[in-house]
Amino acid sequence: MKEKHVKRVDLIFEKTGCREIMEKIMKMKPDDICQAVLDSDLKGRGGAGFPTGLKWRFTFQEKEPVKYIVCNADEGEPGTFKDREILDQVPGKVFCGMAIAARAVGAKTGYVYLRGEYKFLIPKLNAQLEEFNTLMDEFNLNFRIKIRLGSGAYICGEESALFESIEGKRGEPRNKPPYPTTAGLFGKPTSINNVETLVYAVMIIKYGAAHFKELGTKDSRGSKVFSVSGDTPKAGIYELELGMSVNEFVEEFGDGDTKAVQVGGASGFCVPRKKFGETIIGFEGVPTGGSMKLFNSTRSMYNVLHNYLDFFTEESCGQCTPCRVGCQQLLKGVEAVKRGDKNSKYLDELVKLAKTMKRASKCGLGQSVGNAFGSIVENFKEEIIY
Amino acid sequence: MEMIIENELVKELANKHGRTRESLIPILQDLVVQNRFLSKQDMVDVARELDISAADVFGTATFYSFLDTEVRGKYIIRVCKTISCAMKGKNEILATIEDTLKIKLGETSSNRKFSLLETNCIGWCHKAPAMLINDTPYTELTPEKVTEILREYIRK
Repeated sequence: MKEKHVKRVDLIFEKTGCREIMEKIMKMKPDDICQAVLDSDLKGRGGAGFPTGLKWRFTFQEKEPVKYIVCNADEGEPGTFKDREILDQVPGKVFCGMAIAARAVGAKTGYVYLRGEYKFLIPKLNAQLEEFNTLMDEFNLNFRIKIRLGSGAYICGEESALFESIEGKRGEPRNKPPYPTTAGLFGKPTSINNVETLVYAVMIIKYGAAHFKELGTKDSRGSKVFSVSGDTPKAGIYELELGMSVNEFVEEFGDGDTKAVQVGGASGFCVPRKKFGETIIGFEGVPTGGSMKLFNSTRSMYNVLHNYLDFFTEESCGQCTPCRVGCQQLLKGVEAVKRGDKNSKYLDELVKLAKTMKRASKCGLGQSVGNAFGSIVENFKEEIIY
Repeated sequence: MEMIIENELVKELANKHGRTRESLIPILQDLVVQNRFLSKQDMVDVARELDISAADVFGTATFYSFLDTEVRGKYIIRVCKTISCAMKGKNEILATIEDTLKIKLGETSSNRKFSLLETNCIGWCHKAPAMLINDTPYTELTPEKVTEILREYIRK
């Protein structure tokens, strides 16, 4: 078997001027840009992993004259903090990625939806935006970017809730379909991309799709920025090649006593030690928006689960019943089992409820509560009960 | 005839951000910057200015945890309570703040200088525990460090 190690990559934070990128894309037709990104197999880096080139092409193909580009900078998943670092270190590349997307789909207006918790970045972003606008003028492009701030609502990271919020409403997710590429912001075709995805698009234009594809695996091409936290001596932000196993990750980042890794934040999956070897971090295994949280043997997985459920109970928008009531009942349920008011069989009922939430909830929040719930309960049942 | 007292601040913010529905949240956010919270009267005035119902304004404001509709202090402290911060001593930080400011979680000091709240993940997990005071993040907190930070704010 091929020996693999965690491989560091330096694409996202590499200094790249937007001018050289603009010179390149001005010579490309919109569909060529979509094709270049499609050829790279770049998948969205916010966690859901939709092919970026396809998203752009769908938006491009819409006949509606007004279209939007939205940069999703509402980074709220517990354990994810890489977009903050990207916006802090290379904001110009984020705007440049939006300009590429705008040309690919035919949009004249872009929005950055920045979570309120990152408001301290605004002066820096505004300064960068002035430079960006000057550059757009040089290329005779009338693409303009507006920055909108969130106000402390995790759900607004969900794309349709984010649109509602920009439109000045409660951040309640919409029914899908229609998808954003058909009817997104203000009901117009919209391509909404994660901060990191937009920066990778810049690097794909710069170095070509082939270069990007050299890294990673068939299902998870390229590299990804990881947010590493929890019980680790090396907490921080790392850009790594995709395709490593949890075991390889733990060898690099663990403290020698890692019993579980939560991949993908509160809405992701808990991988226990016995599955470290067989579990690949990526779309073929456990997908992640970047959140990697390590827990050592001193941690109670009951406390971890309780913290996540408390989080979801607060952040559920309350619009649909399976999610609103489901989150509350899961939280009350594990508390009852812990107190001994309910026996351990009750956990099976709660797992069923989490599965129902996956099928019946309106958006990704309610649909993914069962990921953490199921994987923690399945692998650490004793810790939940006793 | 009922006298309508002009709300100069609301008018000014509507002039700045516009009077479409899209302007609502930026206006409410700026009101919170100015007054630290949204009063009922301000929300009614915003509704009148934007020609939408007051219920719509109230409904929107109460959806967002940073758009407070209760009186808050000049400095709003939000201590992160999500998993990494919880693991790295959030409770100790909270206790230190309560001791120093003589207020409990959820309370505002009687001179309206400080409010103490908890919040969900603020994106500093690798430097936990962390908190926000208004818009400024403070990370890798220890009881000593928090005491030092609060001393600065008390002096302000």
